[in-house]
Amino acid sequence: MKNSVPQVQGRSPARKWLDNNLGLLYILPWIIGFLVFKAYPFGLSLFYSFTDMNFFYGISEYGIMNYIEIFNTAKITKALAVTAQYCLITVPLKLAFALFIAYILNFNIKFVNAFRTAYYVPSILGGSVAIAVLWKALFRDEGMVNTLLSYVGVTGPSWLSDPDYALFIICFLRIWQFGSAMVLFLAALKGVPADVYEAATIDGAGKWKQFFSITVPMITPVIFYNLVTQICQAFQEFNGPYIITNGGPRGSTTLVSLLVYQYAFRQQEMGMASAIAWVMFIICAVLTIIAFTSQKKWVYYSDER
Amino acid sequence: MGMKAQNRIATFFKYFVLLLVGLVMIYPLLWMVSATFKENNEIFSGISLWINNPTLQGYKDALNDYGGAINIIGAMLNTYSYVIPKVICTVISSAIAAYGFGRFNFVGKKVLFSIMISTLFLPQVVLNVPQFMLYNSLGWVDSPFYLAIWFHTLFATETYFVYQLIQFMRSIPVDLDEAAKIDGCGSFKILYKIICPMLMPALVSCALFQFMWSCNDFMGPLLYVATPTKYPMSLFVKLSMDADVGFSWNRVLALSLISILPQLIVFFCAQDQFVEGISAGGVKG
Repeated sequence: MKNSVPQVQGRSPARKWLDNNLGLLYILPWIIGFLVFKAYPFGLSLFYSFTDMNFFYGISEYGIMNYIEIFNTAKITKALAVTAQYCLITVPLKLAFALFIAYILNFNIKFVNAFRTAYYVPSILGGSVAIAVLWKALFRDEGMVNTLLSYVGVTGPSWLSDPDYALFIICFLRIWQFGSAMVLFLAALKGVPADVYEAATIDGAGKWKQFFSITVPMITPVIFYNLVTQICQAFQEFNGPYIITNGGPRGSTTLVSLLVYQYAFRQQEMGMASAIAWVMFIICAVLTIIAFTSQKKWVYYSDER
Repeated sequence: MGMKAQNRIATFFKYFVLLLVGLVMIYPLLWMVSATFKENNEIFSGISLWINNPTLQGYKDALNDYGGAINIIGAMLNTYSYVIPKVICTVISSAIAAYGFGRFNFVGKKVLFSIMISTLFLPQVVLNVPQFMLYNSLGWVDSPFYLAIWFHTLFATETYFVYQLIQFMRSIPVDLDEAAKIDGCGSFKILYKIICPMLMPALVSCALFQFMWSCNDFMGPLLYVATPTKYPMSLFVKLSMDADVGFSWNRVLALSLISILPQLIVFFCAQDQFVEGISAGGVKG
């Protein structure tokens, strides 16, 4: 029986190994891409963060001075605080809105596809420069929003030049794009079996009780997925603050990614920029790890039963 | 109050919320369309969509050359000259990588797969500076072929799509591959004769999302395009916004609308694929 597979005999060990690991050949482009465009830059930026790397003058000093400077520079700590604020506002509101609307759409609503499309369009276009221009038109001093407010006798503030309001306008742009998260929630809600609700209704559970004790637990995997992706994306927001407010007024919309851009490509301080990016990366990584370790406590995967 | 009346109120409330939120979502876009046909002094005089003196001046101005170096047609062509290679390379390279991960066993697969997944959470901000230095040393900054913007997608660097395609591939029965193998099909032939046709909806959805994201991309061109004649739409709109805001809003808004028109058309032609793509890719978490 051993010799019943004759073609094996003629093969060299190397060829044999390759046949057993053919998959490696298919992921070889990915491996190259990962090493050249991800791993190498990733390591290099960690190295740069411990230098005073400048685009024109190169490196003359090594040490942890960038990290010390980060926590002693008001501009940078403020950007970190603003980014935290941005995440704390946009992520919960976006998820809450997405879930709320998906919940309503899941009752046999007429024209459900038309509504879904209307809510989804902003997610597709929201990141574009065109929408940033539109936002500027809506929230300028004589813009559409203030005109609308004047009809009810309110004098609207200078949304984009008042440090108290500018960040909210940038936040609103992101919350406006809740459609992609909503589509995911809607698909998950459709997957909750109807007989569960019927049983709960017979037991006398009200709509709100059903929502929090049946619906939410059943869709925790999607809540978890949305939460993690939204946090990661919120930390990287760049277009809105760059185009609409350019980080101003007085740094009130300077998110970390914008600050990194300014240090690296305006002041050519690549070392400092890398250090700021790494501080952000570590915060983001810690949050992601917390989310992943906590999921055992609150995320319910049906196939684990 | 009877059960029926209560239900009616609940139904009314649901539609009311849906319409109100829908209005907030869509009205700004409709207002933008109407503003492009208004005269400049009319645009901010009210919030209505009604146009008192319809004019095409905004569009005429939008088509004018800008500083002699670039106009909207050139910017449009520039955009698609990197968006199209980016979409094609992403779909092909991601499908090949997903095939490797989804259908084969090899040494170190578990480790490599977890590395692949963890790059999903790697923020681009961390990579920007060294990537810029790398592209700069290769001479790709301000390259005539936008190499810095799309070349890396040849190597399945857009991990999100690799992951999504692996998820889809799981739903294709392995029996099909095995039957083909017995018939003497090589592994690459299995990929393009059996897997790819079955995977077509997923590949289309990847292409659509990459198309949208690449058109919206602003930071890539901002870092890697310097010559005005090579400006894509995103930089061109930003440039004219900085120059014209304040006195020629209908031009800026017309320009913005033209810049997203191809995306809107693609979206309305293929909206089901978008929704299916996003639902199927994410749910497994």
